Amino acid sequence: MSVVFVMAPAALVLAAIAIGAFVWATRDGQFDDTDTPAHRMLFDDAEAKDRTER
Amino acid sequence: MTAALESKTASGTQTVECEHCGLPVPLALRIEDADFQFCCGGCEIAYETIRGCGLEDYYALRDRARSDRKSARGAGDAYKSYDADAFQARYASTTEAGYRSIDFRLEGVHCAACVWLVERLPHVATGVVDSRLSLGSSRARIVWDPAQTSLSTIAQQLDRFGYAPHPARDASAHAARSQGERSRLVRMAIAGALAGNNMLIAVALYAGVFEGIDPAHARLFRWLSMAIGWLSLVWPGMTFFRGAWSALRARAANLDQPIALALAVGALAGTVNVVLDRGEVYFDSLSTLVFLLLVGRFLQARQQRWAEEAVGLTLSMTPDSCHVVRDGILCEEPSESLENGDEVEVRPGELMPADGVVASGSSAMDQSLLTGESRPTAVTLGDPVYAGAQNVASTLRVIVGAVGETTRVGKILRLVEDGLAEKPPIVQFADRVAGWFVVVMSATALVNLSWWSATVGLSAGIESTVALLIVACPCALGLATPLTMAVAIGNGSRRGMLIKSAAVLERLAGVSPKAPGQLFVDKTGTLTSGRLRVERWIGDDRLLRWVAAAEADSPHPIGRALVEAFGPVDANDTSQLIDRTEFHGRGVRARIPLGDLLIGSPGFADSEGVVIDAAIADGIEQAESHRHTVVFVAIDGRALGAVALSDELHPDSQEQIAWLCRAGWRTEILSGDAAGPVRQVAAGVGLADEAAHATISPEGKLQRVREATAVVDHPTVVMVGDGVNDAAALAAADVGVAVHGGAEASLAAADVYLLEPGIGKLAELIQLGRSTMHVTRRNLVISLSYNVVAVALAMGGAITPFVAALLMPLSSLTVLASAVAFAVPRPEQPSGPPR
Repeated sequence: MSVVFVMAPAALVLAAIAIGAFVWATRDGQFDDTDTPAHRMLFDDAEAKDRTER
Repeated sequence: MTAALESKTASGTQTVECEHCGLPVPLALRIEDADFQFCCGGCEIAYETIRGCGLEDYYALRDRARSDRKSARGAGDAYKSYDADAFQARYASTTEAGYRSIDFRLEGVHCAACVWLVERLPHVATGVVDSRLSLGSSRARIVWDPAQTSLSTIAQQLDRFGYAPHPARDASAHAARSQGERSRLVRMAIAGALAGNNMLIAVALYAGVFEGIDPAHARLFRWLSMAIGWLSLVWPGMTFFRGAWSALRARAANLDQPIALALAVGALAGTVNVVLDRGEVYFDSLSTLVFLLLVGRFLQARQQRWAEEAVGLTLSMTPDSCHVVRDGILCEEPSESLENGDEVEVRPGELMPADGVVASGSSAMDQSLLTGESRPTAVTLGDPVYAGAQNVASTLRVIVGAVGETTRVGKILRLVEDGLAEKPPIVQFADRVAGWFVVVMSATALVNLSWWSATVGLSAGIESTVALLIVACPCALGLATPLTMAVAIGNGSRRGMLIKSAAVLERLAGVSPKAPGQLFVDKTGTLTSGRLRVERWIGDDRLLRWVAAAEADSPHPIGRALVEAFGPVDANDTSQLIDRTEFHGRGVRARIPLGDLLIGSPGFADSEGVVIDAAIADGIEQAESHRHTVVFVAIDGRALGAVALSDELHPDSQEQIAWLCRAGWRTEILSGDAAGPVRQVAAGVGLADEAAHATISPEGKLQRVREATAVVDHPTVVMVGDGVNDAAALAAADVGVAVHGGAEASLAAADVYLLEPGIGKLAELIQLGRSTMHVTRRNLVISLSYNVVAVALAMGGAITPFVAALLMPLSSLTVLASAVAFAVPRPEQPSGPPR
């Protein structure tokens, strides 16, 4: 039997898993705000310093 | 006298920037030899608080972000009402870990540095567990430990940083919107995933057409393609079938119907072919079609976001909490909990939370929000009062008669919302075309089938008809209009024009020399620079310092010009002012050691019974002959001084007005200023004297707009307003344009918000409307002609179902490309006004 008969459905199963993960992330609210995380990325991480001080 | 004045204005004082927000510090608030200068008390508090918490990095981040400058918006409140049980029950919730969580709407958020600052809250305030700010909507979610701190403390801290927190009162509407957006996103993404996978399989099958493919492999791919295709129709694609069905039940036509028909026909034909193992598989085209259409709808829905956020602005017009009398005790409760028949107490300076009737007390109410009246109206027992009005004088007890949407202000805003929810005429047109399409298409298909069967044979007939139905799908029609509108709105917002709905663009584009429109413009700030200059001072010089002191706090351009010319203000002088009252747009009164000081327009002085001293009468006449604005300065009812002010026209006002007139707009100036300066400006921009209306009160403006819109089949009425009092007139016009610097009330009532003052942006807006309609019509023509040509070819047998499947997404892609080309900013507009 050609490998294609295994590969094609397997690829679709992987796609299904990816869709599942996306739907979960959306329901979790991770795509509600796509503008602010871009800014948050650029903040300096002084938190480690703060945590040790507290 | 004149020499001294000249030296003051020509001294060229350097602008000093506020240490916190970077805006210029007004002359009146400058302190000599101070290390740091601030433009307002809020900024000073914010600066000290930020430094006190060791968060100076905020300023470095803000400079990097290089955003709009805004001063701190802390209100200085104690926020005690936030700890009340009723408030907590309504707005806060408990998290799984036992903490409390609340969503705040923050004022004054404008850049990434603000996000950083607010999210640092857990580090500087004990008891705050988490703090997340969303920049686009200015909403912050705060999670705190009720055992360690109280909500009022947290609110005070935010306030001191410069962000006044309000409870998110439209939480349910906001949640519903998020829900809608999420499901649209999920549907679109799933359609995309299915379409992508189906296209991959299609590549294999197409390659097989040319190179040859193992029949077993071909069967596998065809069955997989069918499975994916059915999934994309049944899951994301179901919206079209639902839409088509509901329109059918309502005996109406919409674009979903021909799309649903084409999808159904393609799916059935494809299924038959796969099961019988012959012919073409259409599912790759169908999946891609579903995906592209959903993309168009998603983009269109996202553009509406600003319109929905504007609803949040309306909430700032009524107070968050109010004092309700329950069982004889005064409690503080959220305004939402009010019901008809409740008794509320409204203190001086507070806003009315609802419509009602005065039960006890007498006071004066500032109704400028609703009627545009700048003078407070006296109210007493039995008089009606309205939500959004401000209680000016003394405490009132009011019995509530209407709440929320049923209040007068709620109704006005409802009008604006309804106007926005109306489908633009061109979308209605596309829907009607779709209705005809289904009928014509089905008839043509039948004719085609019978003709082919009669001449050649049944199977050939079926093949040709299937190709016809697939290629006749007006998917481009369904995509063209919403996509172009969405692109136009996005384009506009990049250029400083925030448009609430595409209907606005269409209304503006409908005006031409053959179909004229009516345009009402303000004078100060729109046609002129709004920066008044003092030309002459007539009268006693001793009054100058008092004029400057009385006008020190005035936001009015005249007040600012007076302070600029006669300042800097001595703090001793301002401390000697008693009972300083400002009458918006008319003048200022105060008691000074010399007597009762009155500074105001001629109209104001007249109504207060001011007598003009003979000594200055000549000077006033001279100023009026130069068509300068005259402001009187009177002590104890005698005008002992006068100021002559001039206002510069924007350099391009004349060209813009000329372009607008050529484009078919009848322009009229509505101004509260005196006849002389208004006529001068009218002459300066090339308008006739009849088109310049002076000394118009805000109620007068509303009256004019109402008259213009009262006639059936009236020309499109556009009102441009910047002022506190223009909200009602903006709502009444066909297109209300609020200009930068306007009050929040105007923003909620307007259909468009221009970020730059002046008339140049208005001309640009109209130009945008025209080019949008032009592109939309072009896209419609492209899609329709594509359909006609393709159907003709299918009937002639030149298109096999295979080719039909290829051509189907091609029309959508053409329309998409056309819309994208529109989105790319063009360097110049050949037929637009000179920039």
